[in-house]
Amino acid sequence: MNTLLEMRDITKIFPGVKALDTVNLAVREGEIHAICGENGAGKSTLMKVLSGVYPAGSFDGDIVYDGEVAQFQGISDSESKGIIIIHQELALVPLMSIAENLFMGNENASNGVVQWQKTFKETERLLAKVGLNEAPGTLVDSLGVGKQQLVEIAKALSKEVRLLILDEPTAALSEADSQALLDLILELKTQGVTSIIISHKLNEVRRVADTVTVIRDGATVSTLDARTEDISEDHIVRDMVGRDMAHRYPDRKRRAGDVLMEVKDWNVWHPEHAERQVVQDINLTVRAGEVVGIAGLMGAGRTELAMSIFGQSYGHNISGSVEIDGKPANVSNVSRAINAGLAYVTEDRKSLGLILDETIQRNITLTNLPKVSSNGVIAEAKESQVAEKYREAMNIRTPSVFQKVTNLSGGNQQKVVLSKWLFAEPKVLILDEPTRGIDVGAKFEIYNIINELSADDKGVIMISSELSELLGMCDRIYVMNEGAFVGELTADEASQERIMSLIVTN
Amino acid sequence: MELAETKTQENQPAGIGQYLLGHLREFGLLFALIAIMGFFQVVTGGTMLKAINITNLFLQNSYIIIMALGMLMVIVAGHIDLSVGSVMGFVGALAAVMIVNWDWPMYTAVPICLIAGGLIGAWQGYWVAYWKIPSFIVTLAGMLVFRGMSLWLLEGQSVGPFPREFQALSTGFVPDLIGSGKPNVTALGTGIIAAVLVVWMGLRGRARDRQYGIEGEPVLFFAIRNAIVAGALIFVTYKLANFRGLPNVLISMVVLTVVYTFVTENTVLGRRVYALGGNEKAAKLSGIKTERLAFLTFVNMGVLAALAGLIFAARLNTATPKAGFAVELDVIAAVFIGGASMSGGVGKIVGAVTGAFIMGVLNNGMSIMGIGIDYQQIIKGLVLLAAVFFDVYNKTKQG
Repeated sequence: MNTLLEMRDITKIFPGVKALDTVNLAVREGEIHAICGENGAGKSTLMKVLSGVYPAGSFDGDIVYDGEVAQFQGISDSESKGIIIIHQELALVPLMSIAENLFMGNENASNGVVQWQKTFKETERLLAKVGLNEAPGTLVDSLGVGKQQLVEIAKALSKEVRLLILDEPTAALSEADSQALLDLILELKTQGVTSIIISHKLNEVRRVADTVTVIRDGATVSTLDARTEDISEDHIVRDMVGRDMAHRYPDRKRRAGDVLMEVKDWNVWHPEHAERQVVQDINLTVRAGEVVGIAGLMGAGRTELAMSIFGQSYGHNISGSVEIDGKPANVSNVSRAINAGLAYVTEDRKSLGLILDETIQRNITLTNLPKVSSNGVIAEAKESQVAEKYREAMNIRTPSVFQKVTNLSGGNQQKVVLSKWLFAEPKVLILDEPTRGIDVGAKFEIYNIINELSADDKGVIMISSELSELLGMCDRIYVMNEGAFVGELTADEASQERIMSLIVTN
Repeated sequence: MELAETKTQENQPAGIGQYLLGHLREFGLLFALIAIMGFFQVVTGGTMLKAINITNLFLQNSYIIIMALGMLMVIVAGHIDLSVGSVMGFVGALAAVMIVNWDWPMYTAVPICLIAGGLIGAWQGYWVAYWKIPSFIVTLAGMLVFRGMSLWLLEGQSVGPFPREFQALSTGFVPDLIGSGKPNVTALGTGIIAAVLVVWMGLRGRARDRQYGIEGEPVLFFAIRNAIVAGALIFVTYKLANFRGLPNVLISMVVLTVVYTFVTENTVLGRRVYALGGNEKAAKLSGIKTERLAFLTFVNMGVLAALAGLIFAARLNTATPKAGFAVELDVIAAVFIGGASMSGGVGKIVGAVTGAFIMGVLNNGMSIMGIGIDYQQIIKGLVLLAAVFFDVYNKTKQG
C-alpha cells in the first residue's frame, strides 16, 4: 500500500512553548490511523498544521501528501486536495436544514441561484451513504449529537474526501451512536477513504485502527501496527503517560485536618437538554489543608460539577447537599456560596474570570468590595493597599496595580484571578485547570501558592487534565468519567496508568 | 511573557507628550467643546457667549443632560434605552393631565410623576434583566408604547398652561440672597466657591495619589485643566449674574451631575455597574447580582427621564403629544460622543455631560447662524461618527 500522507519532522513553536517537536507521522492509503495522547500532547496542533490552519511557513518540517510536498495556506487549500477535518465542536448551523448545511459554501447554484431540487437529491444520496434516515429539509437543531456527527461526515463526502480526520468523534456520543459511527468509518474504508481518528477511548481505537501513533509532550513516542502485532491498551497508556516527573512540583508536607467540606449525592442535569444528566451521584469530601484532585477527560463533567456547587452557576434541576464545617451550607447563588466560604477559580480566565479592560486593582477587589468600603463608598486608599499586598504576595509582574489586566501575560493574569479569590477569604478553593496556558515558570509559582493555601488550612480542589500535575500536587484524587466518580485514589496508590485505566475501562 | 511586560511598560506615562497621547480622549473632548464655542462666538459676532444665550443654553439642554446621566449608566451596564424620549413625553403629559386638567397640587403630582417614571423603568428593566430580552427590543417597544400612551392621555391635544410654581422647575431663577440682584452676587459667589472647591479637591486628590505612589497627570496639565475649569465656572456665573442669576435647572443639573459622578466613581454600586458591563459572566461569578443591577439601572433611567419630562413640560409651559420626539437619539449620541463604549464597561459621567454640551452648543450655535435644520442634522451626525471613529482609531492603534 502506498503512503498517502507523510509528515516529516514537524516542529511548531508558539511564543514560549514548543507545541510540536519533530513529530513524524506516516499514513498509508486506505487505512484507519489512530492518534493517541494526553490532553495537551499536541494532537490538535498537529491536525491544524496538516489542514493549513497554521499555514505553510509558520512551522518547520514537510508535509508530503499524495507524493507531493504540500504548501497549504489555509483550510480551503487542504480541502481542495480532499483533506477534510471534523472537529470535536461541530461546525454546523443549527437553524438551517441538513441540505443547506451540507452544501454551505459549496452551493449547487447556477448564476447565483440555488438549485434546490438538485441540492435535495444530492443530499438524499449522501445521507443514504452515511446511513442517516432523515429528510434533507430537517433542521440540524432537531437532530441529536450522533446524527449531527453523521451530517458532518456526509458534508465531508460531498467534498470528495480522500483523507478524513475525526477529532474525538465519539466523545459526546452514546454507546450505540458510537458503534454506528465506528461502523461507518470502517465502511468508508472499504470505499477507499483513509481516516485519521483522534480518540481517548482506547477500546474504540483497538477496534478500528490499523495503525496507532502515540504522541506525548509534542513528540512522536511510538507507532504501533495492528496488522503485525497485537496492540494492548496497556501498551498505549504506558506510551501516552510515561515521562519523568521529578522536580516539577514543589515539596509539601502532606497533611489533612478535619473535614472542611462535604458534598453529598450531587446530581446535575444539562441546562438546555433537560434529559441529559451531567453530574451523577457525586460524593466528595475535602479536609482542611488537603489538596484533592479531580481527574478526567474533557467533557467528563468536572467543570460542570464545580460550577454547579459554586452557587449553581451551571446546570438545572440540581440536587444534593453541601456541608461546610459540619453545617449545611446554602450555595444556591454565587454570593451565598462566597459567604459560605467557597471560591471557584475558572478554567476560562479571560471570559469568566477577569474583566480584561479593568485594572488589576479593580479586578482583585471585586469579590469583596464591602471589605474596602464603608457605607457603600469605596475607600480607594484601602483598596490600593489590598491590591499592592497581593501584587507582592503573588509576585504579579506589573509596573503598577493600575495596569489593565489585558496587558498582562497569562501567568500573571492567573495570579490576579487567584488574588481576587483569596481576597474573598474562602475556606475551600476550587481551582479549575489552574495552570492552563501558562508557562513552566509561572506554573511552578502557582504550585507554590497552592501549597501555601494548604499550609494555611484551606481546602483545595484541583481540577486538571494534566495527570502528572495532579499526581505531583494532590493528596487524594477522584477519577471522574461521564459525570460520575469512577474511582478514588490516595497519593500513594495513584499513578498515571491507574487513572487512565479507570477512565478507559469505565 | 517577556513581550507582554515590555508592552505594559510602554503604556506608562513617561513625559507630557506621552501623557497627552494616553489621555487624548479626555482632553480632546474638553478642547473640542472650547473650540466649538470659540468658533461660534466668532461667527455669530459675540452672540454665543452673551449672558442671555448662556442662560438659554442651560435651559435648552438641561433635560438632555439629565437623561444622559442615566443613559450613561445604562450604556456602561451594556444596554441601551431607546424609549427615553417617549417616556419623557408621557410623563410630561401625565403631569399636565394631573395639574392642569384635574387641578392637583404640584407637590402631589411631581412625586407621582417620578414614581411613574420609576415604574416604567422597572417594567422595561424586568424584561431586560430577568428575561434576557435585548434592551434594544424592549425599549424600542417602550418607545412605541409610551408615545402611544401620551397621545392617548392628551387625546392628541396640547394641554397647558401650567401654574407659575410648576414653570419655576425650569424657567425659574435662584433669587439673589445677598446683593441687589444686579449683578447677582449669589450667582457669582456660588461660581467662585465652586471654582475654589474644584481646585482644592483636585489638589487634595493629587496629594493622596502621591502618598500612595500613584503617578498622576503632569503638573502642567493639572494646572491647565484646572485653570480652564475654574475660569469657565467663574466666567459663566459672571455672565449669568449679569442676566437673571442662576437658573433653577442649572442647580438641579449640577447637583445631579456631582451625585452621579460620585456614585459611578466612588461607590460599590457604581463599581459593580462597570463590572457588569465589562464582563457580565465574570461579574456574576464574582458574586454580583447582575440581574438586579441591570434592573436598577433601568429604574434609575426611568426616574431621570420622568424628571426630564417635567422640566421640559415646565419650560414649554405645555404638554404636547410630540414632546420628546427623537430626543433619545440626542441623549445616546451625547453619551457616545462622551467616550462610552457600545459594548459596555467604559464611560464617564463627565464625558457624557460634555458630550451633551457639545451637541447643545452645536444646536444653539447653528440656530443662531440661521443654518437650516437639514444641515444641522448632517453636521451633528458627522460629529457623532467622528467622535466614535476617534475612539476606535485610538483603540486599534494602542492594541
